[in-house]
Amino acid sequence: MRLSRFILVGILFGITLYKSEAVSWFRIYEMFHFQSFHMYGIIFSAIAIGIVMVQWIKRRHLRSIEGQEIVFHPKDKSIPRYIIGGFIFGLGWALAGVCPGPMFILMGSGATVLVVFLASAMFGTFAYGLLRKRLPH
Amino acid sequence: MVPEFLIQIVDFISQPWPWYVAGPMIALIMFILLFFGREFGISANFRVMCAADGAGDYADFFKFDWASQGWNLMVALGAMFGGYLAATYFTPVDGQVAHVSQAAITDLQALGFEFEAGKVPLIPDFYRWEALFTLQGFMVIVVGGFLVGFGARYAGGCTSGHAISGMSALQFGSLVAVIGFFLGGLTMVHLIFPLLF
Repeated sequence: MRLSRFILVGILFGITLYKSEAVSWFRIYEMFHFQSFHMYGIIFSAIAIGIVMVQWIKRRHLRSIEGQEIVFHPKDKSIPRYIIGGFIFGLGWALAGVCPGPMFILMGSGATVLVVFLASAMFGTFAYGLLRKRLPH
Repeated sequence: MVPEFLIQIVDFISQPWPWYVAGPMIALIMFILLFFGREFGISANFRVMCAADGAGDYADFFKFDWASQGWNLMVALGAMFGGYLAATYFTPVDGQVAHVSQAAITDLQALGFEFEAGKVPLIPDFYRWEALFTLQGFMVIVVGGFLVGFGARYAGGCTSGHAISGMSALQFGSLVAVIGFFLGGLTMVHLIFPLLF
């Protein structure tokens, strides 16, 4: 099954974030208090290497495994949606101590109560879908 | 009988991973997904799950080809399985501990957290079903979940989509979103936590 390769990518992602403690509420707390370099080190090193990879892909016009050129979709030019939406997301990230990736990882590790978080996040997404046309973007 | 070298490999993986291992691994994961012709972004799954549950009847935002996003659900499923493997087979010698700095421990103790022998658990106490009926547990799980789901879609992405994928592609919008994430996070821990903990 062609989709199974994505499960392997997910496993790698899950082990990485769990073993680096990035899934921990306490690590997120520490990050927002600037009390350790750990989380910044993870994010900044991932971005630094990511920038090099993306530039390499663009300059060499690399193709994906399916034969199409790898393209990057430019995001909207708007400021309000990113700053307001980002602010709301940040409130939730710091409060819950998890963002969507770690939520799935911790659910698998045994914190089953996070299915309530998932349901709540889906409800939040649904609420956004309903209100979208009335919100500044 | 398990061969000695396998035990050594498991012990090696079981150590806490430093940032300079985790960061490059995340970049590698993003690269593998790009190579597979996909863009890394976990929170898009919430929209897919809403659409699969019939949310398209209520808002056009959920009328899209969600079935083509099955790959992203597989990434999420794999992440769950990875969490299970890490928690079950790769426990470090000192247990499932968050090795946070002394400054953070002192701060947390002042807030009323109690830690045995100065060890901070990886998973906080309020990630339990019973805790849903306390103010803290309800705020963290239910309100936190809503804000994450609402904010991620409003901003068009979460930590993986904006902070990692978007920033790597030097997208200006992603930089603005990450600034938003931090303004929101700082507001929460500095202005709202004192009322809550």
